[in-house]
Amino acid sequence: MFGYEFYVDPSRCIGCQSCVQACAECDTHRGHSMIQFDFIDRRETIATAAFVCWHCEDPTCAQVCPADAIKKYDDGVVGSSLKPRCIACSNCVLACPFGIPKLMAPQQQMMKCDMCYDRTSAGKRPMCATVCPSQALAYVPPEVIARERREKAMNTFWFGEQKITTKVFMMVPAEKSEVHVDVADYIWEAEDALVSQTE
Amino acid sequence: MAKVPASLESLTEEYGPHLNYTPPGGWQDAAHEGPEKLVKTHCCFCGQQCGIQLRVRGSRVVGFEPWEDFPFNRGMLCPKGVKRYLQGSHPDRLLDPLLRSDHGFRKATWDEALDFTARRLREIQERYGKDAVAIYGGASLTTEKAYLLGKFARVALGTRHIDYNGRLCMVSAGVAYKLALGIDRSPLPWSDIPKAQVLLIVGANIGECAPITTDYVWRCRENGGKLIVADPRMTPITRNADLYLPVRPGTDLALLLGMLHVILREGLEDREFIQAHTTGFAEVAASVQGWDPRTAAEYSGVPPEAIERAARWFAEAGRAIALHARGTEHQSKGVENCLAIINLCLATGNIGRAGAGCAMITGQGNGQGGREHGQKCDQLPGARSLLDPEARAHVARVWGIQPEELPQAGLTAEEIMEAIHRGEIKALLSMCFNPLVSLPDANYTREALEGLEFFGVVDFFLSETAQLADVVLAGSLQEEEEGVTCSTEGRVIHIQKAVDPPGNAREDSWIYCELARRLGKGRYFSFTSPREIFDELREASRGGVADYYGITYEKIDRQMGVFWPCPSLDHPGTPRLYEDLHFHQPDGKARFLVTEWRESGDPVDRDYPVYLTTGRVVSQYLSGTQTRRIGALVDQYPEPRVEMHPRLASRLGIAQDDWVTVATRRTEITLRASVVRTIRPDTVFIPYHWPHDRSANRLTHRTLDPRSKIPEFKVSACRVQKAARPGGKA
Ligand code: SF4
Repeated sequence: MFGYEFYVDPSRCIGCQSCVQACAECDTHRGHSMIQFDFIDRRETIATAAFVCWHCEDPTCAQVCPADAIKKYDDGVVGSSLKPRCIACSNCVLACPFGIPKLMAPQQQMMKCDMCYDRTSAGKRPMCATVCPSQALAYVPPEVIARERREKAMNTFWFGEQKITTKVFMMVPAEKSEVHVDVADYIWEAEDALVSQTE
Repeated sequence: MAKVPASLESLTEEYGPHLNYTPPGGWQDAAHEGPEKLVKTHCCFCGQQCGIQLRVRGSRVVGFEPWEDFPFNRGMLCPKGVKRYLQGSHPDRLLDPLLRSDHGFRKATWDEALDFTARRLREIQERYGKDAVAIYGGASLTTEKAYLLGKFARVALGTRHIDYNGRLCMVSAGVAYKLALGIDRSPLPWSDIPKAQVLLIVGANIGECAPITTDYVWRCRENGGKLIVADPRMTPITRNADLYLPVRPGTDLALLLGMLHVILREGLEDREFIQAHTTGFAEVAASVQGWDPRTAAEYSGVPPEAIERAARWFAEAGRAIALHARGTEHQSKGVENCLAIINLCLATGNIGRAGAGCAMITGQGNGQGGREHGQKCDQLPGARSLLDPEARAHVARVWGIQPEELPQAGLTAEEIMEAIHRGEIKALLSMCFNPLVSLPDANYTREALEGLEFFGVVDFFLSETAQLADVVLAGSLQEEEEGVTCSTEGRVIHIQKAVDPPGNAREDSWIYCELARRLGKGRYFSFTSPREIFDELREASRGGVADYYGITYEKIDRQMGVFWPCPSLDHPGTPRLYEDLHFHQPDGKARFLVTEWRESGDPVDRDYPVYLTTGRVVSQYLSGTQTRRIGALVDQYPEPRVEMHPRLASRLGIAQDDWVTVATRRTEITLRASVVRTIRPDTVFIPYHWPHDRSANRLTHRTLDPRSKIPEFKVSACRVQKAARPGGKA
């Protein structure tokens, strides 16, 4: 949707999983939710976090795809695999630094968050960010975020030596501009890496 | 005798709860072809009453689309709202009236079922008197249905006894607001919340039970507002609290009295406001003298410094708002707790202006509207008192009867159950209420219901309570009949009819009009549409506190809701009450009222040393009649668990996922443990949405707040033990 961007603010998340439920209602992936949702460590804290695909500028998933099945559209959205091409090899599933793509067993196809392409390409907001009651997931014009939030939007992540710039923004406390993530940590403890860095 | 006619297994097999995951027609393309219409309406569940569009294909609701123009939620929905559409075509849906048979239920025709119901009600009234029959209603009904039910009880049956499940929700807050300010409604619109400089949230799990309000709270913080949260558990909104007050269950009053003590000791009160607009200040000031922070801390478990800080923040802010919900209202001193919150606002001059005041957060869909127009035991439409001769005369005139024909006030919901248990009330007709799961002391409730001579239920699913009925009249879902509800803000909104009731199920209001006809009172119930009921309601409420006269369906659609009071057609409605600082009291002044400390009705002692508190989870709604049938919601939180702190758990040798038995002075149940640091170590928490051996309300007690008659769901005393396996006593 022109003039709108996607913002993720884990500190607002209340763990209601509305995004998870609404994602499955979207027409591009009926019945399947593409949201990554985590209780960070329920024993220690009520903190939760929900993420969508970050839609990298230079998407690793597409780079490693041997079948050229993953496309980045003109507006920067990285789509699910194209059904006729996908060979279900899981290269993308393993390579994505954020752990986003999922191999859907029944149809043998990789699916991922495509920012509700049927909606965003037609002037509607994505399901998850529309319903999110805490607006931890928000799809709004940048000026709105700048005006209404204390946190700052950033979209550069470091995975060890690898710098990744993304279409989706993360809200971080005002003094930070880049998030450093250790790849090893991320692989072994997928659920808490991003969030624990920002809190 | 209302005994379950068949085994639980066979009833469950036939009537559920089964889990529905897919929209009618499935997820595949075929189901998505052809014309579809979008119906702008509201969620059927909680008091937030989110705007939502239902996708309708043919005669079925097949999905939803966010409604981003509706100002309250702007498209936001919680998971319950997202999945609510799965009920209409649910396989468990009752499609015919049911009559009890030797081995369960059998389908009946409407004539058979209605004739039987009317005959039994008549027989019992002839034999034992009019008041031997009681009516239960509910706060998820549209206001039209609630109004009709009140009229049905008083005119068609002539019984005193009608009350509703809102009695379990927030009546203590309603009583307090009426006593102190004069009107039982939150005085402010939600758009005020982001304008506050300090938000004090007492006993309100906003993130799970009023999810959309979270965004309002976060916006307040983004604007620089400070957030104070008082709760025995760190609920999701606590993650951004600037000050967390871990109040011991049942001791909110001590905390609030301590705060007022500090405000007065430090001279932070707003003398000018108090002088000009209130009465009773001196008595209240004297009554908090003994509540120094040290004493308040001993009672509440909140550190004295934290009480002082909370008091200073609240009093020193130019604009402060206090929000509260069931945590503080579900206590045997629920009215006192709410009065103490109002006292804090009055003492600091926080009322009647933007960003300042107090508000109760309604729990049930029509928690507000359902209590305004006559399904409460002592109330007539327009929030009028049944005891007031003028009100009686007005309503009798609208109804075309003599004022003397109107019965006097009857018993409240739990008191009705006790009168049934004593054998004084012999017949019950219940709609939108699942008392077996929602009333306290569930085993007692079951005994009572089993002793009824006649039990009729109107429902769309066979709830656990309906399983005990002699007749079940297959009624309608919210989206199957037009009407209005009133949201937590006091905003009256329009519920659109999206589809007809399926099969032979019928609109609820049709069912009651038909029953009235069979009771010989048809001429008072000649309604052919909800609009006709609403028009009569407008007249009946005219001139009352909750004046709906100026509200029409069209005006609601035009204005995206109308806040009552709205006394005339050209009146825009009243989003914020008391803006002129004139309160709804004979002298126009708000009242400070003294609140005395009392112990809980089920105190902890050596045998029952741990506090038990109950509540909700985000993916389930109330007694679960609807939400325990929706697969994705059940998967999100499949089973009730006993939440406890690692310190308590390790003392008892309990690890995560272990079975634990929780015993109270009533009985015991065994559930799995969830060991978390986010609850006080002296307290356990169990959500109450489940029946039978998973029912938290088997454990709770029947102590009522003396004025509002709300049960004390939030405070019981219990003993916790590791168990080898599930099961335990009934
Ligand atoms: S349950 Fe309440 S918060 Fe959730 S969508 Fe329905 S009205 Fe909104």
